[in-house]
Amino acid sequence: MEPAEILSHAGGGAISLAWLMIVLPLAGAAILLIGGRATNKWGHLLGVLMSVGAFVVAALVFLQLIGLDPAQRRQSVNLYEFIPGVANIGLLIDPLSISFCLLITFVGSLIHVYSIGYMSHDPDRRRFFAYLNLFVAAMLLLVLADNYVALFIGWEGVGLASYLLIGFWQYKPSAAVAAKKAFVVNRVGDFGLLVAMFLIFAQFGTLSYAEVFPNAAQASQGVQTAIGLLLLLGACGKSAQLPLQSWLLDAMEGPTPVSALIHAATMVTAGVYLVVRSGAAFFPEGSTAGLVVTIVGVATLLAGAIIGTAKDDIKKGLAGSTMSQIGYMMLAAGIGPAGYAFAIAHLITHGFFKADLFLGAGSVMHAMNDEVDMRRYGGLRKLLPITFVTFFIGYLAIIGFPLLSGYFTKDGIIESVMHHNAILGWLAVLGAGITGFYMTRMVVMTFFGPKRWDEKAHPHESPAVMTWPLIILSVFSVGLGAYLILSNRLLVFLAPAVGQPAELPVFHPFSVPGLTTLALVAVGAGIAIAKYGRSEVPVVQPRGSFLTVFARRDLYGDALNEALFMRPGQWLTRLAVFFDNRGIDGVVNGLAAGVGGSSGRLRKIQTGYVRSYALSIFVGAAVLAGAWFVVGTL
Amino acid sequence: MTTHYLVLSALLFAIGGIGVLVRRNAIVVFMCVELMLNACNLAFVTFARQNGNVDGQVIAFFVMIVAAAEVVIGLAIIVTIFRTRRSASVDDASLLKY
Repeated sequence: MEPAEILSHAGGGAISLAWLMIVLPLAGAAILLIGGRATNKWGHLLGVLMSVGAFVVAALVFLQLIGLDPAQRRQSVNLYEFIPGVANIGLLIDPLSISFCLLITFVGSLIHVYSIGYMSHDPDRRRFFAYLNLFVAAMLLLVLADNYVALFIGWEGVGLASYLLIGFWQYKPSAAVAAKKAFVVNRVGDFGLLVAMFLIFAQFGTLSYAEVFPNAAQASQGVQTAIGLLLLLGACGKSAQLPLQSWLLDAMEGPTPVSALIHAATMVTAGVYLVVRSGAAFFPEGSTAGLVVTIVGVATLLAGAIIGTAKDDIKKGLAGSTMSQIGYMMLAAGIGPAGYAFAIAHLITHGFFKADLFLGAGSVMHAMNDEVDMRRYGGLRKLLPITFVTFFIGYLAIIGFPLLSGYFTKDGIIESVMHHNAILGWLAVLGAGITGFYMTRMVVMTFFGPKRWDEKAHPHESPAVMTWPLIILSVFSVGLGAYLILSNRLLVFLAPAVGQPAELPVFHPFSVPGLTTLALVAVGAGIAIAKYGRSEVPVVQPRGSFLTVFARRDLYGDALNEALFMRPGQWLTRLAVFFDNRGIDGVVNGLAAGVGGSSGRLRKIQTGYVRSYALSIFVGAAVLAGAWFVVGTL
Repeated sequence: MTTHYLVLSALLFAIGGIGVLVRRNAIVVFMCVELMLNACNLAFVTFARQNGNVDGQVIAFFVMIVAAAEVVIGLAIIVTIFRTRRSASVDDASLLKY
């Protein structure tokens, strides 16, 4: 089934007020940033209120949307004409965008609440909430836009908010560098998105979804593929997919709620959103661009999982896992309508359990004086019972423990990919096995085994304002997957926005790939328990084998970037500087020095002796007279 | 017929010129300048006679007037320099240089 037509909203109901979703958090950010210190006392409450307000609006819009006939569920609300004939600022309310809105505002609100406790000792808490609100507003604009221009504004806004939040503790050089790195790497992706937009405009004369999508098939195959690949480059930048993955691991320098909100639950999903949104038009089933998306997805899901196995920093381990899970979503998004629903389902459940895991990690760090090295944790399960239980549920969900969220969504992805391309499918299964290993390793090292922290740490359970969001997130991590996948609820709901496959998938609990996945996860978990649970974990990181170092160094991604881009770039700048100094400046300075030097010598003629002047006058006169004489006789 | 006058004029001009170049005393240099001016005058007058018109004689008058004015200013400068520096040597007055 093809996606439904985008209708112009006739007005009325919550849909015409959908703009409030963006404006509320934006206003929150503006008030907190302009109000400055005067808002310090209640700034965090305002931030939470605005985020919750956006959620309420999103929920109302959702309720109105599901009341409509499925064919009517794509409505665009025009706000004003931005570039006449090219792009209006308008909102597209459809099942896809509203799913994202609910995820962003709900998880976002919980993270806002959690941040009240997590950042309570930070003197800049108000500024933190302002940036969080800014981020939520930008992300909502990104997913609600009904054209690529407005999407791009949100896209850049997300990049900006992410930069501000990663570098929130900018007095730490590592945080400042990480923020810059994220910004620069994202810029590479933005370049791809921009060029894709240029191509779309050149081809279709407009950037509005309603006019581009139905006409996409009229473009030549080559143009379609080029646009698809450029959009993918943009998606890779935002979603930390290979080859633009390097920023995500460093982005863990930001406060932990940032990692949970931006680098797990929402921002990194923007790339998946872009691919799914443009999917029917530029990544049709069986297209080259779609194939490249799946390859990128598989490569990233394996790379992220391998990186996750070797990290001792709990947040970096989770970051590797985020990369990997987003890889699954990309993989599913690349295979066409059969995968979209699973990509989005995994995206939503991942949003919940990854936020749960990150916030749990934050709670552990909060208890351990901001220690992030898992080798210095151990045996925390009795001291942090709520954190432990919620983290454990998130853990079970992410490894795909039967009947929890991740089980249904990841299995759905693997099954649908298996039908599409068996090799990719088995690689995805392998990735799931590695996930079982590194997540088990993380849980064992953090919560089980003997205490490895030093005397100064006094682990304590976090306050209720931090544990309640954890509890809510973990409840969703348990049940959401089953709800979305069973009887194809999400697939049918999303069908008007992204289309649906001719044959509806049926959930098989005992298929070969499904059972293999479970077996591999069990093996991975078993190895992790044997390696880290049964034997002593050294407090100081051992040197490790070649493979461990390979994974620990992010598969030498940074080294590769350094060798391929940074060093040649430096040579280029050095060459340019050399050319500028010696070439351009050399000519100018040489000329000046030549004139200066010769005039310095020439002025010595001015001796001040009247008689020498007189002599030169005589000589000159004699020469003139002689010349005249010679010329006259000739 | 007038060649002798012109030769005399050239000799006087050369003597004056050499005097200007080799003498240090400002007064003597000044006198040499006057000698050169008068050598010119002699040449003018000679040519006027030779060509049978009075143009050269008129110019000789002009030169005398200029020479008189120059003497007034030049001597005043020399006397002033002598008063301040106790020297009439043209080589001593060499401050205005590079």
